[in-house]
Amino acid sequence: MSATGNAIEVRGLAKRYGPIEAVRGIDFSVARGEIFGLLGPNGAGKTTTIEILEGYRERTGGEVSVLGLDPGRRPVELRRRMGIVLQSCGIYRHVSVREVVGHWARLYPHPRDPDEVIGLVGLAEQQDRRTNHLSGGQRRRLDLALALVGDPELVFLDEPTTGFDPAARRSAWETVRALRSLGKTVLLTTHYLDEAQALADRVAIVKDGRIVVEGRPGELGAGPDRYTITYRTSAGEWREHHTNDPTSLLAELTAAALSRGERLEQLSVRRPTLEDVYLELTGDSPRSAASGDETPTPPGAGAREEPAGVVGDV
Amino acid sequence: MSETLAMGWRQYRLERRMFWRNPTAAFFNFLFPLIVLGLFGALFANDQTTLNRIVPGIAAMSVMTTTFNALAHNLVFLREEGVLKRMRGTPLPPGAYLGALAANAITNTILQVAIIATAGRLFFGIPWPRDALELLVFVAVGVVCFASLGVALSHAIPNFESAPAYVNAVFLPTIFISGVFYDVKHTPAFLRNIAEALPLKHLIDGLSGAMVSGRGLGSNLTALAVIGLWAVAGVALAVRGFSWESKRA
Repeated sequence: MSATGNAIEVRGLAKRYGPIEAVRGIDFSVARGEIFGLLGPNGAGKTTTIEILEGYRERTGGEVSVLGLDPGRRPVELRRRMGIVLQSCGIYRHVSVREVVGHWARLYPHPRDPDEVIGLVGLAEQQDRRTNHLSGGQRRRLDLALALVGDPELVFLDEPTTGFDPAARRSAWETVRALRSLGKTVLLTTHYLDEAQALADRVAIVKDGRIVVEGRPGELGAGPDRYTITYRTSAGEWREHHTNDPTSLLAELTAAALSRGERLEQLSVRRPTLEDVYLELTGDSPRSAASGDETPTPPGAGAREEPAGVVGDV
Repeated sequence: MSETLAMGWRQYRLERRMFWRNPTAAFFNFLFPLIVLGLFGALFANDQTTLNRIVPGIAAMSVMTTTFNALAHNLVFLREEGVLKRMRGTPLPPGAYLGALAANAITNTILQVAIIATAGRLFFGIPWPRDALELLVFVAVGVVCFASLGVALSHAIPNFESAPAYVNAVFLPTIFISGVFYDVKHTPAFLRNIAEALPLKHLIDGLSGAMVSGRGLGSNLTALAVIGLWAVAGVALAVRGFSWESKRA
């Protein structure tokens, strides 16, 4: 495995705070131009991991390379080539959006045009407003502007859309996608599964300081019984089956139904969504919470997001 | 190096701009000592001996408020808000940033001492400083001493809400026992001994020599040494405990 092409390489990363092991041996790599998502519950070690990569914390074990440099040494070259959106972070008061973005631009060797960046994050109308008069969401967009104005190769986004309304989230997503089209690398942490699914090329789910699964959002959860088949019997009861081989199970079910002269109403085959995988792996599985005979899908409701693998009704 | 200086200079200019735009800070830094000076000046209008003590006393107090109080307060705020952490993630060299914060405070010290010297000359019968070198030396050493002690104190303050309490718990007793408003000769011996061990009383002596009595640097060397020792301790503590992030986060 060659490390040269990757923006981020993490091998056996560990971080201990006294007796507490916050990170216990994490491995992953992020290719240049890739958007990589770290998912996981609070306290899983996401922020510790990202802050080690940003150079804020020192690791207690493992190897880390960011843009070919060791963030533990805090080289200024690295800080010139990366942009950071911290989880929660104050900003100067008594300066306007335009002043602060302009000031930030001059900290970097090859900045982008501040006005353009202000427009990109959707703060053009607030550009003369003082930062202490911005709303929470606007301040978060300013964070993004400050991370982008230096035209970084690599952008760290630690829960970038927390507190956004849906419209603001969509537009922030557009901004992140625009980064991808510019060839930037993005490392993202988020609580929002739909955000990871919408943005990340690959995700890793972190729990108790370890990565429990890693892969493309649509391909995660390759464990046993990853497909869910549901239907309603002619008696009106909902049935749910889990399988890793939907083809043969469907054949069995439909053959049996046909031989009884019944129809399987509202038959569907569903691939697990990232949310299912997440909840299962982080120990809050709806499958174990909801007993097998309970209806997984309310009749007629399209409430399930992203019906990723609906085969069709019979 | 020149790049670091240029970045520090731009940061300093931003700090100045923000300072003037914050009316509360500007008020407390400039109007408050003048009001105190005005009040005491009015109280002791016919008592030149006391005025001779109060004007350098308030000048020394201003050195303390503009550096010790302001930096302790500001650093706790910047640390808790996460501004320090944010700055640390940029290419701005830490030295340029912290230098700009210190220069911002010292600018206020210089302005303040100049205002008080002018007010002393115009309203309180105090001549223009007799010994400019002595004034410069004492203000410089005083600034290093109180600025570093302010940074050191900021490490001990747990959060922004308690910052005024911590700062005033040090500041108020210090100004009273150090003789900002009267001559410490008239205080009980145990208080006088405490005052002798603290830097402010010696800064008042030094400024008094430069502004009023004409006692030169040569006869104020002990005072200079005490402030210098506190400065060494202050710098060591300021550097040693420095943190870019709030523990509470």
